[in-house]
Amino acid sequence: MSDPLLQVRDLVVEFPTRRGTLTAVDKVSFDIAPGEVLGVVGESGAGKSLTGTAIINLLEPPGRIGGGEVILQGERIDNLPQEEMRKIRGKRIGMVFQDPLTSLNPLYTIGEQLTETIQTHMKLTDAAARIRAIELLSEVGIPAPESRIDAYPHQFSGGMRQRVVIALALAANPVLVLADEPTTALDVSVQAQIIALLKKTCAEHGAAVMLITHDMGVIAETADRVAVMYAGRIVEIGPVREVIKNAKHPYTDGLMASIPSLTHEAERLAQIEGSMPRLTAIPDGCAFHPRCPQAFDRCRRERPELLDADTTQAACWLYAKEEAVT
Amino acid sequence: MSQATAAATMGVNETPTSDPLIKIEGLTRYFDVSKPLLNRVIERVPRQLLRAVHDVNFSIHAGETFALVGESGCGKSTVARMVAGLIAPSAGSVSFEGVDRAAARSAAEERKIRRRFQMIFQDPFASLNPRWRVDRIISEPIRAFGLAQDKQEIDHQVGELLKVVKLDPADGAKFPHEFSGGQRQRIAIARALSNKPEFIICDEPTSALDVSVQAQILNLMRDLQDEFGLTYLFISHNLAVVRHMATRIGVMYLGKLVEDAPSRELFKDPRHPYTRMLLDAVPDIDMSGRARTPVKGEVPNPINPPSGCTFHPRCPFAFDRCRKEEPALLPVSENHFASCHAVAEGRIESLGAGVQE
Repeated sequence: MSDPLLQVRDLVVEFPTRRGTLTAVDKVSFDIAPGEVLGVVGESGAGKSLTGTAIINLLEPPGRIGGGEVILQGERIDNLPQEEMRKIRGKRIGMVFQDPLTSLNPLYTIGEQLTETIQTHMKLTDAAARIRAIELLSEVGIPAPESRIDAYPHQFSGGMRQRVVIALALAANPVLVLADEPTTALDVSVQAQIIALLKKTCAEHGAAVMLITHDMGVIAETADRVAVMYAGRIVEIGPVREVIKNAKHPYTDGLMASIPSLTHEAERLAQIEGSMPRLTAIPDGCAFHPRCPQAFDRCRRERPELLDADTTQAACWLYAKEEAVT
Repeated sequence: MSQATAAATMGVNETPTSDPLIKIEGLTRYFDVSKPLLNRVIERVPRQLLRAVHDVNFSIHAGETFALVGESGCGKSTVARMVAGLIAPSAGSVSFEGVDRAAARSAAEERKIRRRFQMIFQDPFASLNPRWRVDRIISEPIRAFGLAQDKQEIDHQVGELLKVVKLDPADGAKFPHEFSGGQRQRIAIARALSNKPEFIICDEPTSALDVSVQAQILNLMRDLQDEFGLTYLFISHNLAVVRHMATRIGVMYLGKLVEDAPSRELFKDPRHPYTRMLLDAVPDIDMSGRARTPVKGEVPNPINPPSGCTFHPRCPFAFDRCRKEEPALLPVSENHFASCHAVAEGRIESLGAGVQE
């Protein structure tokens, strides 16, 4: 395989508070290959969005990167000054956020926002930028882009706005698109269209995607590989089919079983007892052990790293033996 | 169970097994979205009405879970609020054991009916008063309906309720912010159970929760239904959740009920093109690679809905009649109703058993 496009090594995000420093993302490492779609899934508070914002260096103070490296195309970007980072955001990394109404400026037309982005990152005349903007709009499936380009965001429906946001993200031909819950605010019939569009356009532009979501269905539809996060750590990472169909980590397994199915009937849903620990009270050892049906002594004492678990990697001591044998 | 209301209005022979607990007939709600009076006079624009719910009929039998499913703006929450009596219908009626709620003769009578209702809301962060301790929140309905006077008795009941929803009786002394989202929804459920209702309206009870917590709440709700013989009106946009919970499902689109069928049948053999589209739109988590028709278009603006059948601009089966004539909710088989000209004319084939599986 070719060199990874994005490498994240031991990334730590922390929040200093009066009662000590809270670690919200704890030594997260993963790679994204060029053109790959990596899904990052987890429940609220798992640290998936913080991982994303840390990569593009948009953490809200007092949150800060407490350690680790982020390497984009061989170049370290986590320690760049804000001015340098601004040139990377939008140009090499495009962003799509959850709520299309808040990510578009209500006071400017769609065209003004698109051409601004295009001209910030590419040397184009006003006329050429406008043509490019119209191209982008038609690419994301906006009907009659020549006239719609002069409309304001409020004149678009939710799904259409998210299409515009995708057009904005792709405006400067980025190598990576960071999509944070891109379909969560949308209805299911619109969601299906946006997922398909995001996947198609990113593939056409050759952009890799880091797709952050809590929705396993969206991941199953879109991602090539998936990383499952729990309490600030990646607990399992592997090819999407393996993780969904054949999860190795007890948390992933429980999570998958707790999703009601459209095709199977069940008297009861499997449930994971309890809830995710708060940042102030992350248990020792494996953070999942108090809820884990298979926890044993070592889980309470020692924290597992990602271990090879056949087809995926799981941070679970259940797979420690295999490692010792090989 | 029979769909007595719709069947009766359609003039079809009905075979009611028992009287429904809740019967909704011709329920309609308009919202006035006109500009202010002065603007209307100066700009000479007429009043504008938004048709949020239009002529909805269904009935719920005791012990059933009737689910309303649809996308945002389809009117499902408006129906829930009218059933709960939080807003008045523009037309139509909600009857509880045959008594029309609007026609309840006295305040005392209204109170009597109201005691048998409760509601669970979507957002447990907004539905619990942050300044009240949990025991006060849970005991409010007990005090409001005067079900117990003695403080000791109330405390005892609150403790029992907390145990029923699998919280600790000692949690009563805490404030809502000390709990996670799932625990708060348990508190909201305990409050809903405190006046011993028979019928609970659940408006997206798990939409604000994570999936593993959602599973806990859904399991709890089913356990409570078995234990107390509750009847639910369950509002959700999530088809998988609805499939898990409901015995009967109504699909809504732009204020109208477009299909109404027993849960199992709806998933096995959906008839209305909108229902089929919704089912196709759900991401395929089983990765079965089932064939799906891509979804097209978005829900139109309800202020200015399309003529005829409101679904016709997005419908692959639309023809001339659909653009002109509004279809009625007609039976396609016993207990299964759809409002679609193409279904009524037999142009949409039954999928038959097993196709969805």
